[in-house]
Amino acid sequence: MSVSSITETVQYLTFKLDEEIFALDVAKVREILEYNSVTKVPQTPEFMRGVINLRGSVVPVIDLRLKFGMSATEQTVNTCIIVVEVAIEEETSILGALADSVQEVIEMEPDQIEPPPHIGTRLNTKFIKGMGKHEDNFIIILDIDKVFSEGDLAAVIQQSDTAE
Amino acid sequence: MMEQAIATYREEAAELLAELETSLLELEEHPQDDDLINRVFRAMHTIKGSGAMFGFDDIARFTHEVETVFDLVRNGKLFVTRQLLDLTLQARDQISAMLDASAGGPPADQATGQGIIDGLQLLVPHSGGAAPAEKEPARQEQPKGEVCQRTYRIRFRPEPQIMLGGTNPITLLNELRGLGQCEIVTHLDAIPLLTDLTPEHCHFYWDIIITTCHDLNAIQDVFIFVEDDCDLKIDLINDTCDTTSATDANYKNLGEILVERGDLSPVEMQKILSLQKRFGELLVAQGVVSSSKVEAALVEQQQVRQARQQQANQDTALSIRVPAERLDHLVNLVGELVTVQAHLSQIASEKDDGDIVTIAEIVERLISELRDTTLTMRMLPIGSTFSKFKRLVRDLSTELGKEIDLETSGAETELDKTVIEKLNDPLVHLIRNSIDHGIELPEVRQAAGKAAKGTVHLGAEHSGDSVLVTIRDDGAGLNKEAIRAKAIERGLISAAAELSDKEIYNLIFAPGFSTAKTVTSVSGRGVGMDVVKKAIEALRGTIDIASTPGHGSVITLKIPLTLAIIETLLVRIADSYFVLPLAMVEECVELTTSDVAASHGRNLAQVRGAMIPYVSLREQFGMTSNQPEIQQIVIAGVNGMRVGFVVDDVVGEHQTVIKSLGKLYRDLQGISGATILGDGTVALILDPSMLVRGVEQMEQQRSE
Repeated sequence: MSVSSITETVQYLTFKLDEEIFALDVAKVREILEYNSVTKVPQTPEFMRGVINLRGSVVPVIDLRLKFGMSATEQTVNTCIIVVEVAIEEETSILGALADSVQEVIEMEPDQIEPPPHIGTRLNTKFIKGMGKHEDNFIIILDIDKVFSEGDLAAVIQQSDTAE
Repeated sequence: MMEQAIATYREEAAELLAELETSLLELEEHPQDDDLINRVFRAMHTIKGSGAMFGFDDIARFTHEVETVFDLVRNGKLFVTRQLLDLTLQARDQISAMLDASAGGPPADQATGQGIIDGLQLLVPHSGGAAPAEKEPARQEQPKGEVCQRTYRIRFRPEPQIMLGGTNPITLLNELRGLGQCEIVTHLDAIPLLTDLTPEHCHFYWDIIITTCHDLNAIQDVFIFVEDDCDLKIDLINDTCDTTSATDANYKNLGEILVERGDLSPVEMQKILSLQKRFGELLVAQGVVSSSKVEAALVEQQQVRQARQQQANQDTALSIRVPAERLDHLVNLVGELVTVQAHLSQIASEKDDGDIVTIAEIVERLISELRDTTLTMRMLPIGSTFSKFKRLVRDLSTELGKEIDLETSGAETELDKTVIEKLNDPLVHLIRNSIDHGIELPEVRQAAGKAAKGTVHLGAEHSGDSVLVTIRDDGAGLNKEAIRAKAIERGLISAAAELSDKEIYNLIFAPGFSTAKTVTSVSGRGVGMDVVKKAIEALRGTIDIASTPGHGSVITLKIPLTLAIIETLLVRIADSYFVLPLAMVEECVELTTSDVAASHGRNLAQVRGAMIPYVSLREQFGMTSNQPEIQQIVIAGVNGMRVGFVVDDVVGEHQTVIKSLGKLYRDLQGISGATILGDGTVALILDPSMLVRGVEQMEQQRSE
């Protein structure tokens, strides 16, 4: 069984959040930055870590660990910001995603990828494009557009408002 | 290639249509102005001509009909009437609709087009136009019986590539022949040797002497589409109507003619002439004229020539067209440069090296000059929007049965292009409101002892780093009681609330507020004013209303000159930096912990005897770090009120290049953007009026 939306061999960038390996389509990745100071924007949910200066542009940075219900990312020497291109409301936006460490770029055939199980991932399955298998490891392939989809972010903002 | 040309045509046609509209509206005021009639004609002629060229056949056909009618006007056979202008304006809209249709918009209504043409045909006199000539005696200045014959000399030298564009010079020459008696001399001297000859190129050029009763325009119209692809020189060399010119049969010297045509350079003529004695010297030698008199005549000659030369230079270098996106890119680059320069200045001051400091200062000066120049390049006179409103007022007042004049002032006031674009919709709303709610019906006005015709005045003027746009009407003014009653009905205020006039007027900006009893097509749905307010605030502008019952109201919009770079005050809270628009900041005072204790937990400070409410940004932004012993209050003018913002430290003035925070942060209240500081970190731009509104809402919720 394979994922109908994935029909070609695609290169993926793998990275770690805590001990788990995640992957992104490299076509979505612009660059990888060292983690530097991030300016927090007041009155925003916790997982929106703030903004950085990317060669003169102001780019928002999201803490994926918080977004996925893990504890906040601690800064280590390996902490990176993966700069991705995301389609928000049919417009391309540039965003940074915090990762504990960036691993490698791998190729995966469509038959290596399976659809996400409905239970057991502890993640909202709509964020997941598929589960890849690579050298005995399960890799969670993220649908990054969905992770950053606008309605979802707005929902989170409302939650944090009511929590206060 | 063709797509590009079509896109250019669309763009050009849109501009021409705008010009057409302006000219038509001006023509309404000055129906006798030949210049305006010519402008209208030429605009239509170009739309038609290039339309046919790029395959917009329907537009060409339609415009041709309208143009035909205006040709009669141009020739004095038909006169400008309100009816004609109405139809022509409708025709303009029709052409515009056809253009939109060709770009994928909804198809233009054929029947409307035919209706306009039929209407125009009715205006055309059938029997030679003798009747209207009697109606308007001012027109008869031109002698009818004796037709003017003017002789022009034309040097037509097309670029070699002209035929690649599909233009055949011969058709142009034939068209010229149709205008009058025509002598054409073909020059063959530019033809290269057969081995070098490119058969697709045009190697000829022509001298044409034409004697015609048409004017210069008619001749220029022949060349209208090749103007840019050829050297064209048209000189009037003889005019039988011009009685001031010599009427004797003598004509210029051969030398002069050759020089005028550019076939003989003046230097060469001088060389040849110097072989013989100069005319002046001959005169002096013969003792006919004294040498000083010859000198004087020569000075006169030189003077006039210089003046004419300067005129010519000015005409050619007035302006160039640059795509807006290139300018935007330039402004972005300058913005980056300002950021880098701030970094450089910071490093220079740290290094404490005299040479570097000097260079940094020079760079700073140059960049600030570069910034100012670049920003002014994007400035456009606001008048282009004003002329659009003329049409709006004209159409609306007819629809509502009111008589209204639109006066404008300060049309030359310049504003950033993007600001002008964004100002358009709010202005439309405001003017519609003035017409619909402000100006009364003619009978009502007369009963109130006012002129039947109302006036809406639209003005713009500079005021510091802002532009004030005012919309003033001499209508009924705002009805305070009605607004109050409505606000109570809508639950916006409590029945017991005591409000100042200003506060009452401001209620009309509340969402869903409208006092109009019935909803008209013009206004009254109550969606207008809060949208206006939002749009103006998005431009970081303010809006102010003043009104006198019975005498009308004035709405003043204060708009910053540019959206790209602003002067701000840089402040710090813990280790975060923020900037506040300097234009709003009034003063900074200290706030000590003992002051805070003395105010019993209320956020009020005493500044020179006045009570100033303040917002603790540290609290507001949920920043948990310890506050210092002495804080600073930045006092800003917000909606006519003085409000303090408490920060840890005031750093100083800062040139802020505004960056958008992007979609993710667009719902943030109180933060309007970000900027990059000299050391590369990001500071957030605070929006004082939104911050105050946020605090107001919070306190309201708490008290409920």
